[in-house]
Amino acid sequence: MSTTTTTDARDSRAKAPAGERVADWADGRLGIYSLAKANMRKIFPDHWSFMLGEVALYSFIIIILTGVYLTLFFHPSMNEVEYHGPYVPLQGQLMSEAFNSTMYISFEVRGGLLIRQIHHWAALIFLAAMFVHMMRVFFTGAFRKPREVNWVFGFLLFVLGMFTGFTGYSLPDDLLSGTGVRFMEGAVLSVPIVGTYLSFFLFGGEFPGGDFVARFYSVHILLLPGIMLGLLVAHLILVLYHKHTQFAGPGKTNNNVVGMPLLPVYMAKAGGFFFLVFGVIAIISAIATINPIWSIGPYRPDQVSTGAQPDWYMGFSEGLIRVMPGWEINFWGHTLVLGVFIPLIIFPLVLVAIAVYPFIESWVTGDKREHHILDRPRNAPTRTAFGVAWITWYMVLLIGGGNDLWATHFHLSINAITWFVRIAFFVAPVIAFIITKRICLGLQRRDHDKVLHGRETGIIKRLPHGEFIEVHEPLSQEQLHTLTAHEQYKPAEIGPAVDENGVARKITRREKLRAKLSKGYYGEDSQIAKPTVEEYKEITSGHGHH
Amino acid sequence: MSSQEIPEENLPAEQGDAHGAVKVADEKNPFADPGLPPHEHRIQDIDERAAKRSERTVALLFTVSMLATIAFIAAYVAIPVDKAIYVWPIGHISALNFALGMTLGLALFCIGAGAVHWARTLMSDVEVADERHPIETSPEVRAQVHADFRAGAAESVIGRRKLIRNTMLGALAMVPLAGVVLLRDLGPLPGTSLRHTTWAKGKKLVNMNTMEPLRPSDVAVGSLTFAMPDGLDEHQHDFQKNIAKDALMIVRIQPDDIKDKRELEWSHEGIVAFSKICTHVGCPISLYEQQTHHVLCPCHQSTFDLADGGRVIFGPAGHALPQLRITVGEDGYLEAVSDFAEPVGPAFWERG
Amino acid sequence: MKKLSARRRHPLAALVVLLIALAATGGLYTAFAPADQAVADETAQTLTIEEGKKLYAVGCASCHGTGGQGTTDGPPLTGVGAAAVDFQVGTGRMPAQQPGAQVPKKKVIYSQAQIDQLAAYIASLGAGPEIPTENAYNPEGADIAEGGELFRTNCAQCHNFTGKGGALSEGKYAPTLEGVDPKHIYEAMQTGPQNMPSFPDTTLSEENKKDIIAYLEAVNGDDTVEPGGLSLGGLGPVSEGLFGWVFGLGTLIAVAVWVTARTAKAKKS
Repeated sequence: MSTTTTTDARDSRAKAPAGERVADWADGRLGIYSLAKANMRKIFPDHWSFMLGEVALYSFIIIILTGVYLTLFFHPSMNEVEYHGPYVPLQGQLMSEAFNSTMYISFEVRGGLLIRQIHHWAALIFLAAMFVHMMRVFFTGAFRKPREVNWVFGFLLFVLGMFTGFTGYSLPDDLLSGTGVRFMEGAVLSVPIVGTYLSFFLFGGEFPGGDFVARFYSVHILLLPGIMLGLLVAHLILVLYHKHTQFAGPGKTNNNVVGMPLLPVYMAKAGGFFFLVFGVIAIISAIATINPIWSIGPYRPDQVSTGAQPDWYMGFSEGLIRVMPGWEINFWGHTLVLGVFIPLIIFPLVLVAIAVYPFIESWVTGDKREHHILDRPRNAPTRTAFGVAWITWYMVLLIGGGNDLWATHFHLSINAITWFVRIAFFVAPVIAFIITKRICLGLQRRDHDKVLHGRETGIIKRLPHGEFIEVHEPLSQEQLHTLTAHEQYKPAEIGPAVDENGVARKITRREKLRAKLSKGYYGEDSQIAKPTVEEYKEITSGHGHH
Repeated sequence: MSSQEIPEENLPAEQGDAHGAVKVADEKNPFADPGLPPHEHRIQDIDERAAKRSERTVALLFTVSMLATIAFIAAYVAIPVDKAIYVWPIGHISALNFALGMTLGLALFCIGAGAVHWARTLMSDVEVADERHPIETSPEVRAQVHADFRAGAAESVIGRRKLIRNTMLGALAMVPLAGVVLLRDLGPLPGTSLRHTTWAKGKKLVNMNTMEPLRPSDVAVGSLTFAMPDGLDEHQHDFQKNIAKDALMIVRIQPDDIKDKRELEWSHEGIVAFSKICTHVGCPISLYEQQTHHVLCPCHQSTFDLADGGRVIFGPAGHALPQLRITVGEDGYLEAVSDFAEPVGPAFWERG
Repeated sequence: MKKLSARRRHPLAALVVLLIALAATGGLYTAFAPADQAVADETAQTLTIEEGKKLYAVGCASCHGTGGQGTTDGPPLTGVGAAAVDFQVGTGRMPAQQPGAQVPKKKVIYSQAQIDQLAAYIASLGAGPEIPTENAYNPEGADIAEGGELFRTNCAQCHNFTGKGGALSEGKYAPTLEGVDPKHIYEAMQTGPQNMPSFPDTTLSEENKKDIIAYLEAVNGDDTVEPGGLSLGGLGPVSEGLFGWVFGLGTLIAVAVWVTARTAKAKKS
């Protein structure tokens, strides 16, 4: 009988380990082996900056784990109750159930405070890690083809992360976050024509109403994290599919990826890194308070504290709103609240400025090839300068967002800081751009000299006739290759003004702009030509004669 | 925008094609890729004793993790939730939070440290080169897909039967409106509710500290008092909504120092009542500097001059703080003459 | 020396030099900065207005006028009361060292007996709030939670949730309330020093003031429990954000460097 034979066949290799048999079972139904074949020995290059995205990924997982725990105890309700918990300075005070249950989590659930603090610290670190990860991708040019889509996914994750953070920060309904929500209401009210309606729909009537905590709750735990999870999975699949980028070096080309295989090294390192990240955040949560709502107190629209700021990732919007002059236009019975509405418009533009950059760069270069070798920031001076200018812009706004604390801690006038930020908003990015570009070119020049003349050893030698020279050590071929592996574009020219038939061709403004930009990127003043083999040979052969 | 716009020679030369094979140093081109450097052994690869040491370290880390988890459980069971301890240099903190966090952190960190140490010292560290393949599909496949798509589209006759296409697009465009309409009941329409507060003629000003109505003699020059309308109570259902518009700050300024004529008229012997809600985005503004009569908003630093009709003198607020006209009633208490003459709080489109 | 010159090319060398330079400048500054001059008069005197007047003539009259009538450099003191003197001189704010946006708290240079003499003299110029008795500001038995609500309504807008202080306009600031004597807190509420408004008993009752002092003792005292750990200055999200970046992400990046660093090779090249 056929069944018997099958059984016999199975028996003959019954020694197969259990794990293998489970995997065989799964393969029969899910076809996992073809997936595993492609990925089990996938190569990942090692560099510390490639781990930044992982910090973000792991913090996100930690946030989900701790967040689920918190939902077990949190009541997203704005019904007013009297506090009767163990924290004396609030006993008998009226507060919303949301605040009350957060107090319960912090003071009565064993370990609740720890989980709350892990959740919040991980959120701050999540966004910080995404920010730094994004900057790493930016400055190394890892966003170039074929990774533009993944750049956009990552950007969306950062923006959604900001709003998930903001809604979560508002949930405990404490005096600090309530002030933030009030600010949001004011910002919504400033929207021309529909602002008042939007505000009433958002809050279920007049501020603060009794609805926003419950509404923010479903946005915070369901809507935004759901979208983020989808984007995150897509982001990771694309990373696997594109294979990781790598820095130039011996044996590393645009057509290969050099590193350690997923199984076992990378799995151990990446898996271990999850525990390291979780461990570090847990220890931080054991020693440092975050958002002590018991000190802050429950929200009342007529109470406030100085030093009212959002979490850091919203700080730049706080800066925008703080330094904006109070413009307001009244006409035909209507009010255009420019003092609030303009910052509301600039807020997304600040973010979009960095998000669209890859597309601008690819338009200027016209380069349609795939890029898997990362640029050193110095070798793309215009890009690097733009990135630093953007960060400077962002930091200026962050300073604006904390102007009251800088004022007290550095004994400055808050008005002076505000004026400084108003001016720096326009001036600082330009200065940063110019300085960065200069520094990049200087570093390129240094690389150029290093290739041609060797490494400065710091050893001073006195020649027989009394002259002192510094001994230069020639570089190895590995180093020579690494320092000259980068590409250098030539600036794009505007094509001939007449076509092949001799008819005058219209040169569009677009073309002119592009030629101009391209010159700015790759013109003589924007990159140092890398040394050629001829130059190198001439110098090294002459070296012996002196 | 096509690649033809850029002449080929402007693009840099293609990068080297070496596949990580170890190449001999190139005499002709000193910058050529020398290929992957030969693998070098770690101490653990050649010295079994060192490898053993690594193994013991990894095992120790995993063991510490186990102990830390046990300590975590012990701390959870043994330490009362309200116990405080002094930990130098942090200060007086919750014993449970500290113990749970440190043990959990240690348990997790040691697992990670063990795994990474294992990977770094005992797993193979031979670097491998993996080939990449272009992401773009071959022109044949592309042509095939285009052809398939065109065939499918043609079979659907969507291009030919315009009526079907247009009505379908119309239907798809309209159906989300159902979802939009459903959002209508998220809140009531604004109407004129933002223009009104609880204040009305004869409403007494109640001191929010003592909950007693205020007399003119209670308010001294240089003092700051917060008030709400008589009859408002924390326990009321809509207290939060009302106090968000009703809150007042009361100061007394020497009548000679009041620069604004209307402000003086609306005051009572120099006692002026201004809305506590900032006209910028609604923070409760109340950082009153009694020597200059300026109030600063703690949220965005809008500064108003209470001696000059609440005029904005700095910051992002767009219009003056609304003043409530007050007088003294027959029984000697301060009371409102009417509601605010203009909407309080942040500006909005219909404010005018 | 050889070791030093070998290390001067180390990537961290510049940082080390910078740190040493910073430390040196800071040290020099503290060494040469003018120290507060204690001019306390040690002679014991009886508590009389006359003695106070003498003290006033020496320490205060140059700014506040010979009879407390005030000059362009200092406000008139008629009617400010003994409590104001006790606060201003008792916290070292007066006599002021230099004009500025705000007169800061400093080392107290008069003894309590002398302060009482000065206060008595100023009180004799015109009636004002008296120095409170301990009974008035002793927070025992007061309602801490009520004090918290009062604090959030009346004080937190300038002094922060738990009294850590905050910024005002043009370089002025609300000082921290940490470690401030309850008597001085009481007097500050009573008299409204400098740009702080006053909170007289008619609007903030004695009971209210006690509640506020009790709340501050509870949340800002030496034994206050911060359940979550380091309070990071109690300043809210700005210090939390900085801590998260520096210690959170900073630690994680250091860990990442270790995870990806090459393991030591057997033969050193």
